[in-house]
Amino acid sequence: MNILGIGSALPEQVVSNQQLEEFLDTSDEWITSRTGITRRRVMKESELTRLALAASQRALLDAGISGQDLDMILVATTMGDYVFPSTACLIQEGLHAACPAMDLHAACAGFIYALDTADSFIKAGKAQHILVVGAEAITRLANWEDRATCVLFGDGAGAVVVGPGEGLLSVRLTARTDRDALYMLAEPGNNPFTRKPDEAPGGVRMQGQDVFRFAVSQSIEDLNQVAAQAGRTVQEMDWVLLHQANRRIIDAVRQRLKLDPARMPGNIHRTGNTSAASIPLLLDEMYRAGLLMPGQLIAMSAFGAGLVSGACVLRWGKEPPKTLTPAEDLFSPPANIKP
Amino acid sequence: MENIMSKVAEALAERRGSDPQEITAETRFNDLALDSLDVAELVMDLEDAFNVTIDITQVDGTVGDLVRVIQEAAQ
Repeated sequence: MNILGIGSALPEQVVSNQQLEEFLDTSDEWITSRTGITRRRVMKESELTRLALAASQRALLDAGISGQDLDMILVATTMGDYVFPSTACLIQEGLHAACPAMDLHAACAGFIYALDTADSFIKAGKAQHILVVGAEAITRLANWEDRATCVLFGDGAGAVVVGPGEGLLSVRLTARTDRDALYMLAEPGNNPFTRKPDEAPGGVRMQGQDVFRFAVSQSIEDLNQVAAQAGRTVQEMDWVLLHQANRRIIDAVRQRLKLDPARMPGNIHRTGNTSAASIPLLLDEMYRAGLLMPGQLIAMSAFGAGLVSGACVLRWGKEPPKTLTPAEDLFSPPANIKP
Repeated sequence: MENIMSKVAEALAERRGSDPQEITAETRFNDLALDSLDVAELVMDLEDAFNVTIDITQVDGTVGDLVRVIQEAAQ
């Protein structure tokens, strides 16, 4: 599998930490020191389909193909604008495509799960061109009265078009179920024949320390393993992209793997945690800024509710775009530098 | 016990960017201005250093309490 085209889209509305101070018992200092997040993009209305479609159209344009050339649409998402039809079907309509389309749910690791799925379809000869999208409206799932979690999230979408090739050098997917660490109950509906669950739905619930420890240790294990499968070490990678969940996780992984901060770009400070969208969003910013060169090795690692994780090593094959878009501060200082 | 104490003090000092000498067995975690993720990272550091599993809720009370927990787990 090779990445033939890439694109992304963010909602226009920016919500700063200061705006959160107005209705939550929190502070910019508290949020920044614990997460590295200073602002995030939040949808103004139910517009995930529109964002995912915009990201997809950019990826198709970049790949130089049209919707009719697609053999499959795979969307990694926790929940789209609709329970059904899938976001993938709604994108299919927008792209005037005629191929099979489905959503895939592996929380924040969804994009890498979807990449591996796409690679398998291509290797099996069942598809030539697959659109793989990570799209999340995670802010509408958050409990905006819980200051420990709602400050973390942002919305967005990133997409790639993949085709046959040898660019995916290694991949690892894991699942180790731990519901209590990170979960959100489904709405029970109003079925009169089913007793309501004892616990009322109340947005995202997270045991922060447990998730932090899982994320750091799993990401290190995954990165070491996918690098070794690719015949390299993590330290030999040109770029290491971590799911932008929390700057403290990224820093903890970087310190333990002794990685150069200049090889670990990030945008969490201005996007927040965009779940399955975070890796393709970051990759697209790097590509459009001209940072990605043909032949470069990129390790990617994501982790999330499940608990699940996914990691891979890609050999980048595309030339930089003709018109570059300077990326806004992709290398901000670590969050955990204490005065 | 002293060896564990000095390693815990070093790990704590590194996390806080302070001098290990300032940390004694009587030092209370509440007085160290650690946030929840500092505690998570400290536990990960100590689990790696001593090859033990530490219940994170036991990082409470004094540094000496944690040293005893690690010593018991290591036996």
